[in-house]
Amino acid sequence: MKEFLLGKLDGHALPHEWFTIGGSVAFVLLGLFVVLVLTRLKRWKWLWNEWLTSVDPKKIGIMYFLAAGFMLVRGGLDAIMIWLQQAISVDGSQGYLSADHFQQVFTAHGNIMVFFVAMGFIFGLINYIVPLQIGARDLASPFLNTLGFWLYIAGILMINMFFLLGGEYAATGWLAVAPLSGPEFSPGVGVDYLIWSLQISGVGTTLGAINFIMTILKMRAPGMTLWKMPLFTWGSLCSMIMAATVFPLLTATLFLLFLDRSFGTHFFTTGGGGDPMMYTNLIWMWGHPEVYILVIPAYGLFGEIVSTFSRKRVASYTANVLGLIGVSVFALSVWLHHFFTMGAGADINSFFGLMTIIIAVPTTVLVFVWIATMYKGRIRFTNPMLWFLGFMGVFATGGISGVMLGFPPADFQLHNSLFLVAHFHSNVIGGVLFGIFAGITYWFPKIAGFKLNQRIGRYAFWCWIAGFCLSFIPMYILGLMGATRRLDHYDSSTGWQPLYVMMLVGGFVIATGVALQIVQIIASAIEKRRLRDTTGDPWDGRSLEWATPSPAPFYNFAAIPQVTSRDAFWEMKKQGLPKPVYEDIVMPKNTAAGIYISILAFLAGFGFVWDIFWLAGLSILGIIICVIVRTFNEHTEYTIPAAEVEKLEEARARATKAADAHKVADTGEDMGLREFIKVVLKWAWDVIRNKRWRTW
Amino acid sequence: MTKPKSKLEDSKPVWLIFYCLFGLGLFLTMLLQGADIALFNPKGLIAGEQRNLIILTTVVMLLIAVPTIFLFYFFAWKYRETNDKATYDPHTRHGKLFMFTVWAIPSVFMVVLGSIMWTSTHKLAPQKPIASDVKPLTIQVVATRWKWIFIYPEEKIATVNFVQIPIDTPVTFQLTADEAPMSSFWIPHLSGQLYAMTGHVNHLNLMADTSGDYPGSSAEINGAGFAGMKFIARVSSKTIYDSWVQDIRTNSSSLSSTEYDRLISPSENNPAAFYALAETDLYDKVVMKYSGSHDHQANDDQTDNNHAQNHHMEHE
Repeated sequence: MKEFLLGKLDGHALPHEWFTIGGSVAFVLLGLFVVLVLTRLKRWKWLWNEWLTSVDPKKIGIMYFLAAGFMLVRGGLDAIMIWLQQAISVDGSQGYLSADHFQQVFTAHGNIMVFFVAMGFIFGLINYIVPLQIGARDLASPFLNTLGFWLYIAGILMINMFFLLGGEYAATGWLAVAPLSGPEFSPGVGVDYLIWSLQISGVGTTLGAINFIMTILKMRAPGMTLWKMPLFTWGSLCSMIMAATVFPLLTATLFLLFLDRSFGTHFFTTGGGGDPMMYTNLIWMWGHPEVYILVIPAYGLFGEIVSTFSRKRVASYTANVLGLIGVSVFALSVWLHHFFTMGAGADINSFFGLMTIIIAVPTTVLVFVWIATMYKGRIRFTNPMLWFLGFMGVFATGGISGVMLGFPPADFQLHNSLFLVAHFHSNVIGGVLFGIFAGITYWFPKIAGFKLNQRIGRYAFWCWIAGFCLSFIPMYILGLMGATRRLDHYDSSTGWQPLYVMMLVGGFVIATGVALQIVQIIASAIEKRRLRDTTGDPWDGRSLEWATPSPAPFYNFAAIPQVTSRDAFWEMKKQGLPKPVYEDIVMPKNTAAGIYISILAFLAGFGFVWDIFWLAGLSILGIIICVIVRTFNEHTEYTIPAAEVEKLEEARARATKAADAHKVADTGEDMGLREFIKVVLKWAWDVIRNKRWRTW
Repeated sequence: MTKPKSKLEDSKPVWLIFYCLFGLGLFLTMLLQGADIALFNPKGLIAGEQRNLIILTTVVMLLIAVPTIFLFYFFAWKYRETNDKATYDPHTRHGKLFMFTVWAIPSVFMVVLGSIMWTSTHKLAPQKPIASDVKPLTIQVVATRWKWIFIYPEEKIATVNFVQIPIDTPVTFQLTADEAPMSSFWIPHLSGQLYAMTGHVNHLNLMADTSGDYPGSSAEINGAGFAGMKFIARVSSKTIYDSWVQDIRTNSSSLSSTEYDRLISPSENNPAAFYALAETDLYDKVVMKYSGSHDHQANDDQTDNNHAQNHHMEHE
């Protein structure tokens, strides 16, 4: 009976390692704190109505940012744990983690950073910015979007369950390669957590991707042809088409692995006619394009940033768009370069090697276009531009090492070494993460209504750059010295330890950078009045998102703009903005269906992880019922009459005017670190002296 | 933001970055004094070729990357807002010639790199035997959890986590695995890596040209004992090698099936061990074990055997 009710779940699963207990306690305390604050401020209803059930892509975008930012810290802690172990576990010392735990940590690090940090941020940016850039009020299917977001949250919860509730995480590396991930070699629940976390969030990604393809293709403002779309929208379109192409492959592959593990099939096992090499193929057919899904929107937004801050149109729009399309097409046909070493013949290896270096062509074209854009421009070194400049150096290193790895004979030596790890971190940190940071600082005024503190932003940027050099230059060298990745201990005679220690130091410098980024946001909020953006166009921008006030109203545009050229808003500014004609606006209603389905999906996954099949079955039934009920709900939209829109717009104009009047004169430099500490200490002193907590 | 600055002040950060990178380089050079950078310190034919290829491709790429990166940062600096002398022309037109150039330059480089790649991939294919007058040596390798078993079929010896080969002799490693996930056989000083998988045989050819002990490992993660799955590859003269073989054949216990079963059961950080080989077809049995039978037992049934043989051939 107990087995039926709870499956494999029992007291042994509960957290019992110091770091899992620490993690659980920290998570629970954090949760309690949030609950307390919300209850005290009576904000539960507000949270539910204004945020959780919202279908507004801007709000969903912000929620993506918050979740991804939180997971960045979570995955960053994993990175520090990895480096700490490697810095001390020499010769007889086992370090502070067992091999198994160490492997769980780096597996979680990989999954979290790719699925829940990079994907989260990219989806956040696409959610917030793409509808504004194409002059749309909402999405093709707002429901799919909230469902996608909540499935992503369910995935986050699932990946953290192993230390919240207990059990273990996969110790297989982030892709859970077979047969290591099969029932024979990984009998615990770790791989099941991995499967269901990625499965649930992966389905969310597929749905989100389909939704954004429809949105970009069908909801553009009148006059905006495909060849007039802003570059970030182009990048997003390419990326989402790739996601819709390959994510079903991930779902299918993980499903087969699940069948192997839970129902004893033999798709990827060593015996019984299974073929583990098939798993490697399938997972990389998804895995390689996945990296490009992340980086292509970043390429797009770099094009816009360099154009805006050089005060020039992008040098060759056509070359830029063709570059983006070229990268995405070729990226679908290179997956085999991840396992040249599996033993394919020279013909096959050279074909995939060729495809790999061909990708360098459109990428180089993009770089040339950026250079030509800066040529004879007037470049402002704002924070977004700094991230772009930093990106170039780091990404070039990643690109060069990438082409080296694309040569099969060289790859035999470099594969699975730390050189490879340094290579893809150069690309993912340099390309994706710096792109995300550039995008967030660029669009922050649009999102929050005030600019980010530039000075502390610069400190954060330099910490990231310095930390990156300190961590990853030694990592490249270690790879050349023959150090394989994922080592939980090694001999001191190898001479690797000083370099590992250097990586750890670099890790702390990067952590300082992240802390400074958090400080940057707080410091900007303190100086909100001075940094307020009342124009809606703080950077002298070129595309339509700057035509809206900051932050944009929930209907984005009171009147849908008429687009006549690329750099639509730039042209409008030159020709004078037309007086808006107000019309009735149809907006989607809030819905909680996405939340319910995601809770059920989480429960189903949890049931499968612990073999609680009644729970899984009931939850799947529940999902089907929810979808049917939602499908027959015909009242999903409401209308705001034109008069109401006019009233809202006038109220906003008055508020802006008032804010303008109250705006503190811009006194030049932003608050520095010393000043920030002073302000915080003063505030703390004020709280203590006047016993302000009594009124909280 | 647009506070006017002197030119000197403007270029300060540029120099600072330069000094920092220089300092980092100096520090690393100090740190690496006397260190063994395996990939640039090859002790065999294949590893040497691979090093040359890595250097060649890097140089070719730097030919395009250095000017590009220089131009990138130079323009960013030259056309900064505070530089009044730089021209500002927002209407610069980039015509067909520009379009052609930006595609042509990387394409030319990729054609060059592509041809280097095609030839080198075929030349350095690991399954390709190395031409030499010396009679080649075959060593059968079984990856287990978590140790490497080396079987010398002709010498009739077997070793664990230690392999010795004669100098200047072509060696073919036949890689497979038993009761172990995919593992990767790698001796960085001698050659690149190749996967060892159950039911498959991958062929890795190499030839050492300097005597010495070189570290080998599993480069692919294969479970808890992964980091300790190391071995020593010793390269010695033919005479020393022969006496070593002789010594093992006479003085070591024989590798019985119970001993083999003990070897394939999981254990970590194993020391080297040496055996005389009792069954010469041990390796074939290991490979055939995975040829489609539902239980994990070796199957002596004739049809199954044939099937396995074919399977085996396919991957050669």
